[in-house]
Amino acid sequence: MTTVPAVGSFKAFAKAIGAGRLRSLMKRALRALVIPAAVVAIGMGAWYGATHFLLSPSRRFLLPPPQQVWSRSFSDPAHLRPMLDALAVTVKVASLGLLIATAVGVALGAVMSQARWLEGALYPYAVLLQVVPILAIVPLIGLWVGYSTSARVLVCVLISLFPVITNTNFGFRSVDRGLHELFDLGRASWLQRLVRLELPAALPSILTGLRIASGQAVIGAIIGDMFFARGDPGIGTLINNYVAQLRSEDLIAAVLLAAGFGVAVFAFFAVLSSVLVGRWHNSGARR
Amino acid sequence: MSRTARLVDTMHDVDASHLTHGVEVAFHDLDLTYGTGTLALHKITLTVRTGELVAIVGPSGCGKSSLLRLAAGLERASGGSVAVGTESVAFIFQEPTLLPWASVRRNVGLLGKLAKLPHDELSERVDAAIRAVGLTDFADQLPRSLSGGMRMRVSLARALALEPRVMLLDEPFGALDELTREEMQLQLLDLYDRRGFTALFVTHSVSEAVLLADRVVVMSARPGTIRDVVPIDLPRPRHRELRFDPAYVDYVKTVSDLLRKDDR
Repeated sequence: MTTVPAVGSFKAFAKAIGAGRLRSLMKRALRALVIPAAVVAIGMGAWYGATHFLLSPSRRFLLPPPQQVWSRSFSDPAHLRPMLDALAVTVKVASLGLLIATAVGVALGAVMSQARWLEGALYPYAVLLQVVPILAIVPLIGLWVGYSTSARVLVCVLISLFPVITNTNFGFRSVDRGLHELFDLGRASWLQRLVRLELPAALPSILTGLRIASGQAVIGAIIGDMFFARGDPGIGTLINNYVAQLRSEDLIAAVLLAAGFGVAVFAFFAVLSSVLVGRWHNSGARR
Repeated sequence: MSRTARLVDTMHDVDASHLTHGVEVAFHDLDLTYGTGTLALHKITLTVRTGELVAIVGPSGCGKSSLLRLAAGLERASGGSVAVGTESVAFIFQEPTLLPWASVRRNVGLLGKLAKLPHDELSERVDAAIRAVGLTDFADQLPRSLSGGMRMRVSLARALALEPRVMLLDEPFGALDELTREEMQLQLLDLYDRRGFTALFVTHSVSEAVLLADRVVVMSARPGTIRDVVPIDLPRPRHRELRFDPAYVDYVKTVSDLLRKDDR
């Protein structure tokens, strides 16, 4: 058995794997771990600073320090369990809403790309979806579909539909003209063109749309929870309750959980994009 | 099958009477006016015989590419007629025009797939075409990992996999560096000698046109008309060394002089 002396072992290691490769590994580790950890540390420091220096002790309940949020909410199952159950409900609503928005949005975007007159006929309504404040139509949704889960899903669909439609439409319209002519020469059928050319070519744009829409869907689900409380409570419902009861620790924990869900969904689509188009398109490539 | 047994045109009206025996492509009194009202081509009459390689040269914007696109059915003539004696036509664009998400093999087999060729036959053709352009080791690579010259070879292989009787080549080597361009020219000559297709080749390069073609069509500036047709009576197969042949140099000079007539 050979032993590596402690002194100089790093040098030996560097020599064994090559200095260039070591530098590259360290650079990647720095980017993947150290920098994000530093950002979290700075955030925590700012939080502590705000609690202790900006707020007087009598008002400190408005922004309790991180360790208090941890001890009273995250590490206490009696507080954490209802939050996780509510988050599961919100995840279900957001996922269902995003799924419907994806199916409808991709279909509409694709249809709109086939002819200018179709785009002219449908696009104003898509814009309408985007510009009408969702809070303004929430009461209408309640009147039309009731105050249960379907209303929450509908809010998610409405809020996340626009980026899917516009990005799909853009993706379909951006297909290289030369490739279209190649398919003309090959006398491709409508279906062949759709499956072999337009859909794969539009995929990077569709995925960009989904990345944006996923964040919107999470917001939509939380807004839905807040307005349509009938049925199992979502994380938005709990947030409302915690505000009413001045439970700042739980409120912050619930907000952090909701934010974590949003980040997870966004990261999921980033990874999906990398897997599906990373090999051939810059939008999905890892930097 | 007789060379002109069938007349299958693509998207425009055809006057088959100009497809006499031994003629594969015929333009007759052809006019092309763009949507903007600009007359691009005027009274073009040209026939390409079976197995012949005809090069078209002319100043920028004279309608060379449009002539080729008319033959492929990608554009419609405003007057006159275009006739192609076969539906076995391949078109090679100025750019490689490849599906970026598909491997070399899938790109080469694309048109055969669209034509619903039987799987085994298509697979054989694709392998042969990839072999013919020397890309066997790169068959599973994506286009982005290939050089410009290799991508152009994929485009050439895609056309070859159709086993076309007529090849329409629209400045296929224009974007390549000098060395790669020369390599591709020689490869095209080799394929032409072995496969014997009919070809219409658009280029800006007079030397390329003389090296490749049996006849060089010299066009005038817009509206594009045929100024002259120069038969290139150089032996085949043609090699790199032909460039130093005095007869080749004479042909280059003749065609260049004809092109410069516009400048005088």
